[in-house]
Amino acid sequence: MGDHHHGPAQGLSRWLFTTNHKDIGTMYLWFSFAMFLLGGFFAMIIRAELFQPGMQLVDPAFFNQMTTLHGLIMVFGAIMPSFVGLANWLIPMMIGAPDMALPRMNNWSFWILPPTFLLLASTLFMEGGAPAFGWTFYAPLSTTYAPPSVTFFIFSVHVLGLSSIMGSINIIATVMNMRAPGMTYMKMPLFVWTWLITAFLLVAVMPVLAGAVTMMLMDIHFGTSFFSAAGGGDPVLFQHVFWFFGHPEVYIIILPAFGVVSQIIPAFSRKPLFGYDSMVYATASIAFLSFIVWAHHMYTVGMPIAGELFFMYATMLIAVPTGVKVFNWITTMWRGALTFETPMLFCIGFLVLFTIGGFTGLMLSIAPADFQYHDSYFVVAHFHYVMVAGAVFSMTAAIYYWLPKWCGRMYNEAMGKTHFWISFIGFNVTFFPQHFVGLAGMPRRIPDYALQFTDFNMMSSIGAFIYGASQILFLYNVIATIVSGKPISDEKVWEGAEGLEWTVATPAPYHTFETPPKIDPAHAHS
Amino acid sequence: MWFEAKRLLKLALGPVLMLTSAAAMAAGTEVSQVNMSPGVTEVGQQIYDLHMIILGICTIIGIGVFGVMFYSIIYHRKSRGFTPATFHESTKVEILWTVVPFIILIGMAVPATSTLVALYDVEDAELDVLITGYQWKWKYEYLDESGENVSFFSNLRTPQSEIYNAEEKGEHYLLEVDEPLVLPVDTKVRLLVTANDVLHSWWVPQLAVKKDAIPGFINETWTKATEPGIYRGQCAELCGKDHGFMPIVVNVVSKEEYAQWLDTKQAEAAEIKELMAKTFTLDEQMERGKAVYTQSCLACHGANGEGGVGTAIAGSPIATGELAGHLDVGINGVPGTAMQAFGGQLNDVDMAAVITYQRNAFNNNMGDLVQPIDVYNHKKGQ
Repeated sequence: MGDHHHGPAQGLSRWLFTTNHKDIGTMYLWFSFAMFLLGGFFAMIIRAELFQPGMQLVDPAFFNQMTTLHGLIMVFGAIMPSFVGLANWLIPMMIGAPDMALPRMNNWSFWILPPTFLLLASTLFMEGGAPAFGWTFYAPLSTTYAPPSVTFFIFSVHVLGLSSIMGSINIIATVMNMRAPGMTYMKMPLFVWTWLITAFLLVAVMPVLAGAVTMMLMDIHFGTSFFSAAGGGDPVLFQHVFWFFGHPEVYIIILPAFGVVSQIIPAFSRKPLFGYDSMVYATASIAFLSFIVWAHHMYTVGMPIAGELFFMYATMLIAVPTGVKVFNWITTMWRGALTFETPMLFCIGFLVLFTIGGFTGLMLSIAPADFQYHDSYFVVAHFHYVMVAGAVFSMTAAIYYWLPKWCGRMYNEAMGKTHFWISFIGFNVTFFPQHFVGLAGMPRRIPDYALQFTDFNMMSSIGAFIYGASQILFLYNVIATIVSGKPISDEKVWEGAEGLEWTVATPAPYHTFETPPKIDPAHAHS
Repeated sequence: MWFEAKRLLKLALGPVLMLTSAAAMAAGTEVSQVNMSPGVTEVGQQIYDLHMIILGICTIIGIGVFGVMFYSIIYHRKSRGFTPATFHESTKVEILWTVVPFIILIGMAVPATSTLVALYDVEDAELDVLITGYQWKWKYEYLDESGENVSFFSNLRTPQSEIYNAEEKGEHYLLEVDEPLVLPVDTKVRLLVTANDVLHSWWVPQLAVKKDAIPGFINETWTKATEPGIYRGQCAELCGKDHGFMPIVVNVVSKEEYAQWLDTKQAEAAEIKELMAKTFTLDEQMERGKAVYTQSCLACHGANGEGGVGTAIAGSPIATGELAGHLDVGINGVPGTAMQAFGGQLNDVDMAAVITYQRNAFNNNMGDLVQPIDVYNHKKGQ
């Protein structure tokens, strides 16, 4: 055993065959960033077409392909894999484990992703075009009336689900079995907690999504009528099954973001997280509630009033644990010693904008009012406030926060702050006016609009181009840091940072915690 | 030019405009609408009030939460030499901010429930209208006890030339139809909503109605407009390529005008019956057929029959093959594709005309002349 491998293998095979959680985390992060740029490029096409009334750049059919692929790629290709990448990098380091519990499966759950998205993107060049039925792919538009490429889409969704389930099982197994001695559940960093709960959600709902697309496949190719009324099926069934997956899915996206924010705000407040226990319970409550609110996406399908009322009350309840979280974060900041480095700026941006998204979410939960909001731009504004300002902002904060630890080099702070302010302004100029056009009656997913919506759409498009451009600055800053950032060697990169990942050398060595660290029993969670 | 300049100015002032436009609205100046409209129904007013109450509560909570946060950001900074406190939990506070929001939510749930109950009360309607969504148009059918149903399709009227920027866009760009739904004022109308192909959703903000149109199901909703006027809306559920091009226009008129209009429509239906027996010349059929083609076929098959979503008609084996086969496709559609069964959508006069047109236009030059009776016989012979 004299020939110990301490460093990575060289060349392409390092990445292809790696079972190292850091390598796999890195690949997930780069892959998701590439997808973020691709999905963002589609969004730019959408906003360019919507800059003015009338059809200018694309035709309506292609426009629908863009909205569909934008949604699918952002949700499944950008946001989800980015948090899995973060989990890979951080969970073992946070709980004092040498690696993930199932390293080979870890390799496999990453490597099936790139070909899948290649396949999904290739549908753009197929006859009949890419899927054009929206990321929610409601039947029968996605079955009887779908382009032939829908079969490739179904296959992609199956493989994505497989990847997510494998990744989740790995996270559950790691967290349950590989914590360093003394790291009890209630001492785990909140990021680990939120991911543990997220992993359970994923294992519960990805098979439901697989069921939905399998029924589509049967309807399209094998003569069944799950979703076709003409054959005794039910198009509304599709929506119930989809949203039984889809609603937990949005919490799958946002819970790890909560975890990130719960790590970063205490660090730059130089004060422990307020209400750790209640944060854990609130996360678990949100996860539980996510299973019983799905039909609030379907208030207008003609449910009986008893159903409407149940889903309305259950949905309104989500405001309680979510409020607890926001209050805890703000109380963490209260009487801290705050500094405003880029990660903190993005977390404050998250806090403000996610709270606004939460308010519009509460408005949308009110069933009778939703009859006016539903499927309008108000909804588009709402979910971009929670998805972009929620998930993407916190992800960006995470990169700025942990990147110095990963690569042993400091990013350019001035550029980071510039990135924040351009993003923040660009984001709000894009999405705030969408509340207005939505309330004024503009439906979502339309390639052209009536003249009274012109001004706000122009504004929205300009904001989108600004927000899009700011991501190029981000990419540049990250590459510049890795290549030529100022070298640092302090184990604790940030003055107020707490947690095991800040006890290992900087840059983090290829293998960490080959012997488990000692956890001070008196030491509180980070 | 003046219009453009004004728009550019507005854009330059974008962020400021966002904050001030509400105030400007109140002052009566011409700015884009920023809020929900209470519309012209009682339920719409209730929904609007509910919307404003929830928005108000959220705003107050938001001011409180952000106030505390910004106070902390301004005063508790390290650069001011602030020494951090060490407190990190308080069960009392946690219970407080769990219970208080819960009570606020109950306060919201009460008016929400009563509004929802009102929205669902379809009893005692004086008039029933069946609304059917098609790719990409609406069909309205007045269900009358007398048995003489009036029904018609309502198509987008905005010409392609405006959509593709060859002509200046009209005032009601994309929100105008060839034939609006006409409803009497102060009358409770029950709307039965369904679809023929994919999902659609019938949404008129001013009437506070949005209901999904689902093939195989009939959804119920209702409206009662209190003011005559023209109210515009759009399909709200993604339904394919021309989802953005299937507007809804509702013309609410006085009860007398409504009765007159209904008489006219019934007379028109009788006239079509007469035309059924008429023998048309080729020129007549080509003229009528072109109009029908533009309205019903062009979106998928192209202005010159070159195809698009649908197959090409110019030189197609169907349009240049057996007449019976062509009639069959037109009347019954092609199952499993976007080609719908037009037998129920077009009357026999229009069907005969459009088949004649397709067989002779686009260099198909088949020379066939189809009469309404041919269509009738074809349907009967099936």
